Amino acid sequence: MAALDLSVSELSAAVKKGDVSAREIATNALERIREKSSLNAFLHVSEQAVLAAAADIDARRQRGEALGPLAGVPIAVKDALCTTDAPTTCASRILTRRGPDGKPGGAAAGWRPPYDATAVARLRGAGALLVGKTNMDEFAMGSSGENSAFGPAKNPADPTRTPGGSSSGSAVAVAGGMALASLGSDTGGSIRQPAALCGIVGIKPSYGRVSRYGLVAFASSLDQIGPFARDVRSAAHVLAAIAGPDPHDATAAPTPVGDYAAACERDVKGLRVGVPEEYFAEGLDPEIAASIRGAIARLEGAGCSIRPVKLPHTRYGVATYYVVATAEASSNLARFDGVRFGLRIEPERGTLTTMYGATREAGFGAEVKRRILLGTYVLSAGYYDAYYKKAQQARTLIRRDFDAAFANVDVIATPTSPTPAFRLGEKVDDPLAMYLADVYTLPASLAGIAGLSVPCGATAARADRPPLPIGIQLLAPAFGEETLLTVAAGVERLCRS
Amino acid sequence: MSITRETVLHVARLARLELEEDEVARMQRDLAKILGYMDELSALPTEGIPATAQVAAERAPLREDQLVPSLEQERALAEAPRRGAGAFAVPGFVEE
Repeated sequence: MAALDLSVSELSAAVKKGDVSAREIATNALERIREKSSLNAFLHVSEQAVLAAAADIDARRQRGEALGPLAGVPIAVKDALCTTDAPTTCASRILTRRGPDGKPGGAAAGWRPPYDATAVARLRGAGALLVGKTNMDEFAMGSSGENSAFGPAKNPADPTRTPGGSSSGSAVAVAGGMALASLGSDTGGSIRQPAALCGIVGIKPSYGRVSRYGLVAFASSLDQIGPFARDVRSAAHVLAAIAGPDPHDATAAPTPVGDYAAACERDVKGLRVGVPEEYFAEGLDPEIAASIRGAIARLEGAGCSIRPVKLPHTRYGVATYYVVATAEASSNLARFDGVRFGLRIEPERGTLTTMYGATREAGFGAEVKRRILLGTYVLSAGYYDAYYKKAQQARTLIRRDFDAAFANVDVIATPTSPTPAFRLGEKVDDPLAMYLADVYTLPASLAGIAGLSVPCGATAARADRPPLPIGIQLLAPAFGEETLLTVAAGVERLCRS
Repeated sequence: MSITRETVLHVARLARLELEEDEVARMQRDLAKILGYMDELSALPTEGIPATAQVAAERAPLREDQLVPSLEQERALAEAPRRGAGAFAVPGFVEE
């Protein structure tokens, strides 16, 4: 199955030359997905659709037609993105139809959207083979994948551990070799953290870089779609395919899309790398701290100038984020009311109001209910100023921290996650502990800047666990994806040896 | 910080969310703990600091106002749990 071990550009080149057929790739990917089904990465595998798409690519090649930049590349898509040829559930029972027993259905009974998300349509247009929809925390709310209504995805490095979340299945699909790349969504770290925990590359583009049209909304001022891949260049190719303005999303910026492939080939020499001490404070695993500092030292050895920066409002990031994100979620999730799609529970002799309540009670999992309640609380009369307005002001201060830091540096380097992959079940009963797992990724989301996680090492093997991947988070100003990719490719090269 | 049972039920009512009895107790506990943590923000001086509701307003482009077809009725209704007369059907609510 050599095809699945190639990079995105190598594989699409091989397809264009005719060295490998799209059909062979699709068959291999489907086989790999079956072999690794115990990792629970997929909620839906698009077997027929992917074979048809592959046949189309092979036919077009034989006719001598031009093929897209991702021709024949197997890509998995987070189940938060609308797809016309596969159900879309957000790993929630509320987006499933009722079974004959009157209970919410499984993922196969999921909602069929009437349109493709723009990012999905662009992948199709580029010739990608969309192999299926990946598992996730319900409505992207979680940091471990365990809030999925359909069981957690498992970390390929150690299946007793979480792959991170919320884009758990998208990370597992790539780390487990089931797809060359995948799409996730990142509201507060949901691409970067699972990338770090699974030992792959994950990019959270700047807010506005990728259209959110067709992404089921969690927190609209924070949500952003981005790619996972095994290497920086592959992730860059996928980002190039999905980025850019879209008439369907007014927040998708008209800022020109850079040459992301070329950015990966540039020298890091002379770039200024900022290191915020606030991200190396208590709570950080010492092995991770050493690995991140080692990667920064290598960048210095390659000609980067390393400078301390101050991000003094970092400590308010978690509280600020969970006020803003839950407030936005409570209004976004009001649309799941049993009227137009998905689950409906109608109590006997009930009214519209009892239908809303019963549907949402049966359809939402515990974490989603918790966040709806939190968000409703912080927006409610008497609490708005103390929580929501205060958090919006704190958000301004967090943004200003980054603006000031980026006056003196090109990128900022930090750990992505304070710990390596934790055990499944370890934090499920302590929501606050789970929220604190996002401490390093949340501030960049609040500021809307560009970020990614790239592997920089692994923990030492222990009696009770294998080596676990470590990722370094790199941050750049909004629309600084090219600089980010240059440094990420540098880290990848320098840390491989 | 403590959150009363009545507060949980009030907020759940606002959110059109029914809760089972054991959920009420659990949410009471969880909300108290999480909101207690969020209270950290009260120590942050923010007088005169403008609010950031979202980061993209300054970049949001205007588009041409063009007439384009919208989603056809049949496709819009295709996933409705219940439909009738070309519309989404819901339980009666006039007396509520």
